[in-house]
Amino acid sequence: MTEPVKHVDRRTTWKGQWWRHAILLPLTIATLYPVLWVVKMALTPQGTPDLSANPFPSEITFENFEALIGTTDIHGTWLFGHWLFNSLVIAGATTVVGIALSCTAAYAFSRFDFPGRELGMNAFLVTQMFPGVVMAIPLYILMDATGLLNSITGLVLCYSTTAIPFCVWMLKGYFDTIPRDLEEAATIDGASQWTIFLVIVLPLSRPAIAVTALFSFMTAWNEFILAATFMGDETAFTLPVALQRFVGDYSTDWGAFAAGAIVVSIPVMALFFALQKNLVEGLTAGSVKG
Amino acid sequence: MMPLLRRALLTLALVLLPAPAAAEDAEVVRLWHAYRGQEQAALEANILWLQERDPNIKVDILAVPSEAFRTKLTNAVPHDNGPDLFIAPHEAAAQWSANNIIQPAVFPAALPPSSFSDPAIEAVTYDDRVWAVPLAFKSLALFYNRDLVDRVPADLESMALLGAEVADVPFAYEVGNFYHHAAFFHAYGGRVFADAESPVDLDTEAMRQALRYVKDLVDSETVPPETDGALVANLFNTGKTAFVFNGPWFLGEIGPTINFGVAPLPDIPGTGPLRPFLTVESLYRAARSKASDRAVAKVIAAVAGLEGSVVRATVGRQVVALEPAHDDPRVARDTTLGAFVAQARAAVPMPNRPEMGAVWEPANRALRAVVRGSSVPTVASARAQQEVGFYLRPPPPPSSPGPYLVLLALLLLGGAMGTLHLARRSNLVARVRASKHAYMYLLPASLGMIAVVFVPFLVGSAVSLFAHKGGEFTFVGLKNFARILQSSDYPVTDPMSFWFTLVVTVAWTLGNVALHTGIGLGLALLLRDPWMKLKGIYRVLLIVPWAVPNYITALIWKGMFNRQFGAVNGVLDVFGIEPVSWFSNFFTAFAANLTTNTWLGFPFMMVVTLGALQAIPRDLTEAAEVDGASAWERFRHITLPLLRPALLPAVILGSVWTFNMFNIIYLVSAGEPGGSTEILISEAYKWAFTRQAQYGYASAYSLLIFGILIVYTLLTKKVTEAGAPA
Repeated sequence: MTEPVKHVDRRTTWKGQWWRHAILLPLTIATLYPVLWVVKMALTPQGTPDLSANPFPSEITFENFEALIGTTDIHGTWLFGHWLFNSLVIAGATTVVGIALSCTAAYAFSRFDFPGRELGMNAFLVTQMFPGVVMAIPLYILMDATGLLNSITGLVLCYSTTAIPFCVWMLKGYFDTIPRDLEEAATIDGASQWTIFLVIVLPLSRPAIAVTALFSFMTAWNEFILAATFMGDETAFTLPVALQRFVGDYSTDWGAFAAGAIVVSIPVMALFFALQKNLVEGLTAGSVKG
Repeated sequence: MMPLLRRALLTLALVLLPAPAAAEDAEVVRLWHAYRGQEQAALEANILWLQERDPNIKVDILAVPSEAFRTKLTNAVPHDNGPDLFIAPHEAAAQWSANNIIQPAVFPAALPPSSFSDPAIEAVTYDDRVWAVPLAFKSLALFYNRDLVDRVPADLESMALLGAEVADVPFAYEVGNFYHHAAFFHAYGGRVFADAESPVDLDTEAMRQALRYVKDLVDSETVPPETDGALVANLFNTGKTAFVFNGPWFLGEIGPTINFGVAPLPDIPGTGPLRPFLTVESLYRAARSKASDRAVAKVIAAVAGLEGSVVRATVGRQVVALEPAHDDPRVARDTTLGAFVAQARAAVPMPNRPEMGAVWEPANRALRAVVRGSSVPTVASARAQQEVGFYLRPPPPPSSPGPYLVLLALLLLGGAMGTLHLARRSNLVARVRASKHAYMYLLPASLGMIAVVFVPFLVGSAVSLFAHKGGEFTFVGLKNFARILQSSDYPVTDPMSFWFTLVVTVAWTLGNVALHTGIGLGLALLLRDPWMKLKGIYRVLLIVPWAVPNYITALIWKGMFNRQFGAVNGVLDVFGIEPVSWFSNFFTAFAANLTTNTWLGFPFMMVVTLGALQAIPRDLTEAAEVDGASAWERFRHITLPLLRPALLPAVILGSVWTFNMFNIIYLVSAGEPGGSTEILISEAYKWAFTRQAQYGYASAYSLLIFGILIVYTLLTKKVTEAGAPA
């Protein structure tokens, strides 16, 4: 690989950047204002904060968090632990399966010319246009017939196929921007197509893979209707199902819901924090020249 | 943190100790419910008590979110995955008995129907059969703050006067919700169905009088007009009002410091008492239940019997339906429950008729239109009646499937011949062979998509050629499509017509996608500079709207748009702008929805753009900078064209998702005013779930949406390709 081009030596600085902060700071505050209300609801006893515009709680209690985290069933099984574990396993598996299937499919669409290529691309896109209302009942019958009800595999399959079309299109678009010189050079050196895919294309696509990973994770992480419908045991539910339990027919326990919403968002933020350096490190900027 | 630690230790102890009850060959009875909090605790106590006494029974208890309860039940029961028993309101009995979800109730010998109060048994009777064992009553009553008032006037007007003396808001309840409004409707002698046989009648004098009365209450500022459950709780808990109308579920929402009392609802002077709807929560036996009658009877006795009822009353604070339980001293001394029992006697049972499902939407729309002032009671009632008729009209006459089958066969044949012809001409077989590699890469993803997406879609689409009524599908050909497209029931410019909704949906989609992409792109460009301080912090904070479940943030936005108490009007007030009634006008309601969804959606586009920006070699822009290109020129001629391939899929898919994103609209404007801010997909859902389970009609709606999206995408691609540099 060629050496990265030397940029002008600038370290992180405030200088010449104040205008960016002048735009970003108020915008960030405005963005966070509704979220501060979620925090306030979660920390207020009984979940009914005052009606002022002040988003900071006047008295603080952790009872909403304790009630959620301490949830047990009548046999004393620690349900919250099961829910968190299930959610992490299902969302993690969805991410891995979704990305594995999408990367290979996107690579085929980007690098091969074959009969049915256009048709295939469009077929993936079209699936996103099927309104879910048509699919729910046939999907249940399918899961029942294949014995995938009550199984993590069934949910992972549903979630990853939901995420695949976006991932395929996103990755295909990104693969298209990677110059082919490198691959051609590697072919001359005798590398197989598969090696090129694994060793050259995938590492260069880290920004796009990071985006699709976050997307796949989120697809599985927040879903509750399918999880509640397909799973038949409380220890098999996921966190969003538990969260939705606070919404009743007549009333909603907003304090508990807010606490749950915060608990559910933390892993997402952590994942994004871990992934974000892949989004910004200028990976292709230096190593490949167009 | 102490309770948490203690609970953890308790859990540990329970895991370590040998399991006490449940004999090896105990019979399993599966029980589903949607209870939470103290009601759940009481039910679980009943079950534990039963298992302790009778180790031959093991109850598998499952708490399901109420929003998923019906879907789960109606899917699971016909496929033998359902429960043996489940708890649900009585009014679903009609629909479920027609669709074979439930079977008639069997009362244990010690617990004959005569031991329950008459309205309870009446409520669960449909078609001369008793379908469930009644458990508890739910109805509105009057909650008052004892620290603010020392007495409860018997009539509504004296109550409002007293309320105005002691607090800002004379009294509060969910004005725009027909479930709550029904208390007024019934007070004037109105009934949704005049008797067991008669059709829905909303265009009556009672309906008009009740609407007029409530409009006067709003106009005289006696009740706040825009109220939901959270706001009512807020007003009561903060002492801003001394009186609210609410149900027993409110007991769990009242602040610990509030000294409150409960009384039956007051009278309308000169007319009579307010009479709320009465719901009877009941224990149903699911169809296809495999547990023995003996075991099921034991569970019923444990939950609905005397001991069980006393526990549900004292621990769960339920208004239990078993008469003898109210004589028990532990229950009798609870004055709160006593007030609810008195209220239940004056309440009107929720009609147990399948047609009831079609009443809510039109009744709510009429009510809100009058409260808002955009309609008058006479017009609104007539319109509600007309809409109910629209939802309840009979399915189209059956068609003969013969011609359709011939057409299908011809299409398949033509398609096959065309493919063959093409294959021979373009040497397809050889080219397919040569592309073996490509297909191997594609295979795993395609298999998954075909099994989980395409097959269910084809099956679901086929339903659009049928009409579904009472569990039976009849073939009607394309008549569902014809009905939708002709829009014969409403003029094209009416908010309820397909074409009006289509225009709103397109505006909704374009507005959202433009804002998401614009803001997302702008922020990504601001945040890409690698030498900027705090960029990591900004990035993480700015994706928060995507990370937090939108169910709660949408509600907070709705609260911020409240006319009287919302933060948005608070900010406008600072600039001297009059408060805006956001949900009374189409454009402001649309703007409220759009703002909320923009807030929810821009982080996704920001992340996608940040990723896509990495495909652009920095050398290029830097070289252009050296050549003296302005920032705008660099963006327009270098960044944007290079972003296109990675950004376009996100924009196209973003439009597709937004097109079908109904939950934000449902949560924020709820279609207000008058259903005008609804989008197409919400219609499809309503036909499937709230309007008589007309799956065929819903499926036809979905297929039309599908067709529109394909056209929309083709157009988008055309437009963007035309704009692309050659």
